[in-house]
Amino acid sequence: MATIQTPNGFELDKSGRRVVVDPVTRIEGHMRCEVNVDENNMIRNAVSTGTMWRGLEVILKGRDPRDAWAFTQRICGVCTGTHALTSVRAVEDALGIDIPENANSIRNIMQLSLQIHDHLVHFYHLHALDWVNPVNALKADPKATSELQMATGPNHPKSSPGYFRDVQNRLRKFVESGQLGPFKNGYWTNPAYLLPPEADLMAVTHYLEALDFQKEIMTTRTIFGGKDIHPNWLVGGVPCAINMDGELAAGAPLNMERLNYVKGVIDRTLEFVKNVYIPDILAIGGFYKGWLYGGGLSSKSVLAYGDIPDRANDYSPENLMMPVGAIINGKLSEVHPVDLRDPEQVQEFVPHSWYSYPDEAKGLHPWDGITEPNYVLGANAKGTSTNIIELDEAAKYSWIKAPRWRGHAMEVGPLARYIVGYAQGHEYFTDQINRTLRALDVPVDALFSTLGRTAARALEAEWAAEMQVYFFDKLIANIKAGDTATANVEKFDPKTWPSEVKGVGFTEAPRGALAHWIKIKDTKIDNYQCVVPTTWNGSPRDNEGNIGAFEASLMNTKMERPDEPVEILRTLHSFDPCLACSTHVMGPDGEEMAEIKVR
Amino acid sequence: MTETFYEVMRRQGITRRSFLKFCSLTAASLGLGPTFAPQIAHAMETKPRIPVLWLHGLECTCCSESFIRSAHPLAKDVILSMISLDYDDTIMAAAGHEAEAIIDETIQKYDGNYILACEGNPPLNQEGMSCIIGGRPYLEQLKHAADHCKAIISWGSCASWGCVQAARPNPTQATPIHKVPGLAPKPIIKVPGCPPIAEVMTAVITYILTFERFPELDRQGRPKMFYSQRIHDKCYRRPHFDAGQFVEHFDDEGARKGYCLYKVGCKGPTTYNACSTVRWNGGLSFPIQSGHPCFGCSEDGFWDKGSFYDRLTDVHGFGIEANADEIGGTAATVVGAAAAAHAALSAVKRARQKGDEK
Repeated sequence: MATIQTPNGFELDKSGRRVVVDPVTRIEGHMRCEVNVDENNMIRNAVSTGTMWRGLEVILKGRDPRDAWAFTQRICGVCTGTHALTSVRAVEDALGIDIPENANSIRNIMQLSLQIHDHLVHFYHLHALDWVNPVNALKADPKATSELQMATGPNHPKSSPGYFRDVQNRLRKFVESGQLGPFKNGYWTNPAYLLPPEADLMAVTHYLEALDFQKEIMTTRTIFGGKDIHPNWLVGGVPCAINMDGELAAGAPLNMERLNYVKGVIDRTLEFVKNVYIPDILAIGGFYKGWLYGGGLSSKSVLAYGDIPDRANDYSPENLMMPVGAIINGKLSEVHPVDLRDPEQVQEFVPHSWYSYPDEAKGLHPWDGITEPNYVLGANAKGTSTNIIELDEAAKYSWIKAPRWRGHAMEVGPLARYIVGYAQGHEYFTDQINRTLRALDVPVDALFSTLGRTAARALEAEWAAEMQVYFFDKLIANIKAGDTATANVEKFDPKTWPSEVKGVGFTEAPRGALAHWIKIKDTKIDNYQCVVPTTWNGSPRDNEGNIGAFEASLMNTKMERPDEPVEILRTLHSFDPCLACSTHVMGPDGEEMAEIKVR
Repeated sequence: MTETFYEVMRRQGITRRSFLKFCSLTAASLGLGPTFAPQIAHAMETKPRIPVLWLHGLECTCCSESFIRSAHPLAKDVILSMISLDYDDTIMAAAGHEAEAIIDETIQKYDGNYILACEGNPPLNQEGMSCIIGGRPYLEQLKHAADHCKAIISWGSCASWGCVQAARPNPTQATPIHKVPGLAPKPIIKVPGCPPIAEVMTAVITYILTFERFPELDRQGRPKMFYSQRIHDKCYRRPHFDAGQFVEHFDDEGARKGYCLYKVGCKGPTTYNACSTVRWNGGLSFPIQSGHPCFGCSEDGFWDKGSFYDRLTDVHGFGIEANADEIGGTAATVVGAAAAAHAALSAVKRARQKGDEK
């Protein structure tokens, strides 16, 4: 079989053995991955498939735009809140609503807490088992583990030999019980695992510590939004009114006691990130720094929308604390501006997605998005429509659409943000990157890899933990200056709205650039479209044959044992896939869903 | 030899005394009297871990995320010492065939003796293929696991009622677990909420392990201990409702004084859940305390009852399912109406009082 050359620079060869991974686990939602490996167990072709679809945008049509945050928040419970924030921004953009300064600071703290929590839980509970072998940890010497802890994370107080011995004993009992729970059927004999037992024990210990600690990180949102998961948001600001010393302040959402609680959480979070998470990334990364697969699109085309406005209501790149811009074809010297309103920039294509367009040769801007589910397998698929053995990537093969920026498949996420920041000479990010490269003793090219993606996520958690302190101080200073406003309700009543408006809201979700496009007609949602980070990263092929970021990152990776997909999981997990987010649909006229035809 | 919960705690350096205190706290949080503490202690001292298959259909993973937020007991201790979480897509090490194999291994070894925990629900449209596991409809995996389980826990509003993907027009025909056609008739416990409160989730598990039975359920299949009262019944802002003191719009004087949120859309009077008693994240707060009205996320069909910011009186009908607790449904409507009448009366009373003061 002849190889296929993709416009974005990959040579696909389907001739080797096909390996299927379904379900891909330790992600949010459901996905499938198929690769072809050659006689040297090298991945020569990659196919990634979103295997769920919920149709939330259909459901949004005709509803109250002020409620949209609650619906879209339920797109995902892992990136809980980032869709809600994007949604209230889209509605505020459409209706021209300015929010108070305090609301901006509070929203930023909520969004930053998500970044930190999501990154930390991703690393320890979704990703670590790709690098860390809990069974091997049983062989560790607790004393040597304690020494490793002192050497790598000297500021973490839990470091005694006795402590590691206790954890190891607990782990041993667990393993010997024969009930391995989440570790059951893992790939623990695979030579891809490179850590010495002491590093494994230290990492498993921190897996458990992080599981205990993570529940605290977003309790700031419990104060500001009433619960974590899925806190409450508000078009026009935040729901949590401030009462510092007036009558009945004790029962107010925010008072001195509540803010003190938030401060405590912010401080402890910064400590954990700096003393445990960052040192672990460097320690584990040090053992794997020769494993530099998985760069994919990161050295070619990356995209960031920016987020965390310093001052309220200004979404220009100068006021956003996260980088904004697009880099294409590996030209780091040229960062392009991004305009989400421009019909020529963001477009979605469906020739390889289980949807149909009237004209599938064209892409559509989200404001004009059309979607009709069309679940059909290609002529060369193996199996049946309800028992897929192998997909046919020449036809439709995913519930994810193919978004493109000016026709380019892009990678989004922490690594994309860091590359854009680095290209722009952003001081804080550049310092972090240089410090990390020095600590690991690797060249700058090492950034463009699975490991680079994983490291960028940790660095971003550190940045976000510092930024939480900044915005908390800002909030207090503003309250002290006499401004206690939290919501602008001038245009909360739908009677005050124009008959037809449209808007766009954006954030940088933990997994990457996220935007919602909304059209409001006669006070109801007329069209709602989300283009989500995993839609970008998990994108299938497009009309031109460009492959998406997941697929690109798997290319030319050597597998130790093709039947044990450690390397595939490693690289896919480095993106922190979120499949509930990534698949969506909206009929432009709200027509009934078409009948599904299956060949 | 399987480790018991008590052994684990002891090995972690927890004294017998602290262990017994933990059992008392657990008894209290389950709404049981102190006399139950010894029973809980006995269970924790003697029980091996029960296998759990935690399956994910169409969902957003908020239930899993909530579960790991549990402050008492810690999720870590539930997973390491109370249950054997043999299958859970979200955290399991294995993937693909090795993951799928676990379901059959569990069935072989523990036929009829494992818990099936469902997060999310199966779609029936698109041949079931809008939720694919292992190349086949999730519906198949669900039914297969249900055939051999001891009992089913429906976590959250997706599994219990359908939730957001089942809101009108429900394009995938997402179907709650108890209505899945052809599902084996097993006991189902519904733990609704979007998501459910973490400590409620772990309390349900602790209760089942301790007493080796389901907690008492209401007619809709929810544990009475957490779902028998409305948010409104125990709300700390209830005195303001009774006094007719309301938040008129967000960030007004009333909002800053913690007045009742009924007029900005609070569904507390018709929502059965433990938010105002157990509260969230280790008892820290709940939506109303943060200044936002409750929008009833544990109620069946809560997405389709009009805007969250409309008052209850604007809500027409409660979309009660034919097999649901009719009495509760009727009560809810009446309470809504009564609440409106009560609120109006309180306002009149207040206006009169103000008049008297002049």
